[in-house]
Amino acid sequence: MTVIHERESNPAAGDADRPIGYGRIQRKEDPRFVRGKGHYIDDLVLPGMLHGAILRAPVAHARLVSIDTTNALAHPKVLAVITGKDLEGLKLAWAPTLSADVQAVLVTDKVRFQGQEVAFVVAEDRYAARDALELIDVEYDVLPPLVDARKALDADAPLIRDEIEGRTDNKIFDWEMGDAAETDAVFASADVVVSQEMVYPRVHPAPMETCGAVADFDAVNGKLTLYETTQAPHAHRTLFAIVAGIPEHKIRIVSPDIGGGFGNKVGIYPGYILAVVGSIVTGRPVKWVEDRSENLMSTSFARDYIMQGEIAATKDGKILALRTNVLADHGAFNATAQPTKNPAGFFSIFTGSYDLQAAHCKVTGVYTNKAPGGVAYACSFRVTEAVYLVERMVDILARKLEMDPAELRLKNFIKPEQFPYANKTGWVYDSGNYEAAMRLSMQLAGYEDLRREQLQKRAKGELMGIGISFFTEVVGAGPRKHFDIVGLGMADGAELRVHPTGKAVVRLSVQSQGQGHETTFAQIVAEELGIPPENIDVVHGDTDQTPFGLGTYGSRSTPVSGGAVALVARKVREKAKLIAAAMLETRPEDLEWEKGRWFVKGDPTAGKTIEDIAMAAHGTMTLPEGVDGNLDAEVTYDPPNLTFPFGAYICVVDVDPGTGHVKVRRFIAVDDCGTRINPMIIEGQVHGGLTDGVGMALMEIIEFDADGNNLGGSFMDYLIPTAMEVPDWETGFTVTPSPHHPIGAKGIGESATVGSPPAIVNAVVDALAPFGVVHMDMPCTPARVWAAMQGRATPPI
Amino acid sequence: MQISMTVNGNEVTSEIEPRVLLVHYIREVLGLTGTHWGCDTSNCGTCVVLMDGQPVKSCTVLAAMAAGHDIRTVEGLAAGTTLDPVQQGFMEEHGLQCGFCTPGMMLTARALLDKNPHPDDGEIRQAISGQICRCTGYATIVRSVQWAAAHPAAAGGGEGADEVLDGTDTVVADVATETEDSEVKA
Repeated sequence: MTVIHERESNPAAGDADRPIGYGRIQRKEDPRFVRGKGHYIDDLVLPGMLHGAILRAPVAHARLVSIDTTNALAHPKVLAVITGKDLEGLKLAWAPTLSADVQAVLVTDKVRFQGQEVAFVVAEDRYAARDALELIDVEYDVLPPLVDARKALDADAPLIRDEIEGRTDNKIFDWEMGDAAETDAVFASADVVVSQEMVYPRVHPAPMETCGAVADFDAVNGKLTLYETTQAPHAHRTLFAIVAGIPEHKIRIVSPDIGGGFGNKVGIYPGYILAVVGSIVTGRPVKWVEDRSENLMSTSFARDYIMQGEIAATKDGKILALRTNVLADHGAFNATAQPTKNPAGFFSIFTGSYDLQAAHCKVTGVYTNKAPGGVAYACSFRVTEAVYLVERMVDILARKLEMDPAELRLKNFIKPEQFPYANKTGWVYDSGNYEAAMRLSMQLAGYEDLRREQLQKRAKGELMGIGISFFTEVVGAGPRKHFDIVGLGMADGAELRVHPTGKAVVRLSVQSQGQGHETTFAQIVAEELGIPPENIDVVHGDTDQTPFGLGTYGSRSTPVSGGAVALVARKVREKAKLIAAAMLETRPEDLEWEKGRWFVKGDPTAGKTIEDIAMAAHGTMTLPEGVDGNLDAEVTYDPPNLTFPFGAYICVVDVDPGTGHVKVRRFIAVDDCGTRINPMIIEGQVHGGLTDGVGMALMEIIEFDADGNNLGGSFMDYLIPTAMEVPDWETGFTVTPSPHHPIGAKGIGESATVGSPPAIVNAVVDALAPFGVVHMDMPCTPARVWAAMQGRATPPI
Repeated sequence: MQISMTVNGNEVTSEIEPRVLLVHYIREVLGLTGTHWGCDTSNCGTCVVLMDGQPVKSCTVLAAMAAGHDIRTVEGLAAGTTLDPVQQGFMEEHGLQCGFCTPGMMLTARALLDKNPHPDDGEIRQAISGQICRCTGYATIVRSVQWAAAHPAAAGGGEGADEVLDGTDTVVADVATETEDSEVKA
């Protein structure tokens, strides 16, 4: 039984800030998960199903000389071995990426990163498929790899994409935002200018469930049913129609329960395509589920930005301008999933939360011999990198000016009355009250006391650090006229059906990976129609059952799909009004709504509940002219602008002077995501993101050696925080609704991942101030911290 | 080879390849898919089951090694339709999001509470430190286990199951309100 507690999340907050839709209720999806009855991709077993496994390249850069599959094919349990040559015959050797590039499905000419897909075995069981990989003989002619992005544009750099006719270098794009001349002029006359190079290292979202698919091609009807771990089922359907040449109405994508995504499950990976090919070739369903090393080495990555930041200010601490040059390592194929017009995503939000006179950024994307990808890890389209840059630069400026970093931020915030605020790179921030969030965070942290404690500890040689980060996100992409992915506008649909007995089904285009959509979206309908959430079923993840839309990533579900759901419920409410008027024999304009019913103005006893109206809509009464006999509606929501959540984070660390080990003692997170729906789910999203932040700031990195060997290819080497590395999170909130969103919600999924890394690094650098440390790159591992304390160069990990 | 073991109280006997891992045996031979798999290196703990009451990572136990032993998976946590307090606690305190690590976390929690009915937060963190959750940030898992510790008979699944509290919902509401109070509003 779902226990519903109808109450305010914080009685002291009053009506204005009360969460909507019954507030903190238990999640509707939990009963199946706590019983072990979720349905994840690897749980799916179809009659006659076969298992696929991928042979991967052991080297980063090599000509493919030959592949001999004879012995593998002779294995008694092997049904097929597919190579690049086979795919060339099917015109499937290369597939379009989400960034208008192409990616090799299987190597035909040259290996371009370690772990790249070379051959695909289909066998009776998963053990046999793995055995057969060992029986494939491949000869490689090894080439020098390009590992360091800084050398990608050198004249003698190995050319990675030599298959593209006319290509002579490794540059993917140059992209600029802001006014360079105006920015240079402000810098030229500024009292103080500080600059710093910083690296946001390559990391990986590494959801607990790896990526996988089960392809089931029905040759008789020509229909492909593809079960896959995707955050964007509808976009995948369209892309599969383009890639595989199967008509789109003959493709059904089903995304089952997903064991975490964080962006890792946005892209279309070779394994998905190979499962489809395997099913077509064998005539039987084929399952492919990657192992953890495949996940870490091949299916996407995140970040990998080398950023040169500069900040200009007056000597009394008025920040004037920011500029940055970025070198973006995109790996061997440009497979990042950014909106078409934004090759560096929304990095241009690097102006942050400050009222600047000028700003300019330039991003250069390059190919290297590393895995492709680049959208992933809860990054809000590169907002993570942008926030890290500006929040580190502001701290470095504070050190230079000998100002308190909180005071410097408070002095430069965009003021509440300046919203909507047009920044210098083209964004219009919707709403905000930054000072209130900052002051609340400082109050929760006991900021002044912490500074006093730090002074006392420093006197004793103890290394305590306090780090602040204030972030502004840009999420909810986005208006169709500005944002698309491979030509598909970034809108989302919703369909709502109220059944005759007043129970409802809402169908979404977005797909949960654990965010609780089945609860949150039911709550939005509940708020709008007065039907309790337990009487509303949420359907998602199946393209045959749901309206078109672009899916869940970039914190866009509540800002976009949430808008669609609110509007579709309002459409049903308006239809209900017409029917209620007919039932009450009055005019619609004489009716008034209260949650769950329409009644006659001035006569509250004369009313019809949504249940009464639903039965009447499907019954025998004569309906008003133009009203269909149902209580259903559908909408596609094209948001008028993005939304701009923000937050004020304070981190307290203790650094062990004997080992360089960093302990996060406290973390205080104040978030403003606009109107709140389920505070429990919001808090959970924040906690998860903060943990990501500890991982990136202190532990996680995908590093490569000089030969292009991936040094983070398993959980033995790619370290993720456990319960021992993170503190008991302290959270708070302010509520500044978005003025343009139907319910004022802004999105929360990625705020903490975006906002927390700079707070932690700022704290570490603050702790190391006695050693003269001004900056250190993530992850701040004990070896790196120790080196920084000794004034030595940063070791690789 | 032929193996026999007890799984969730049922005697099972199967013919298997000697190399089959316990996680694959449980999932693919017995069809109990609540036990998950998440890494190849015994680091993530999504595959944790209880062997003779002790948490083990079933990706690094051969099915053959489990022969003759008593195995408990997430499917064996509830008593019929009555949830174990740990399962109820995870729902009350938002101890799960995507649900993938959850079965392993709950089984470790059950083993901890069987040994130590009133652990402190540090003991809970220590107990789950061999398991990774990518969604929750762990604090709500700690709260979930504490909820279960505070309500040993709330859902009737643990010891004293026959003393099911009247007015469980009231207790639930009080606990949840405390959680809300941990957030502070401007």
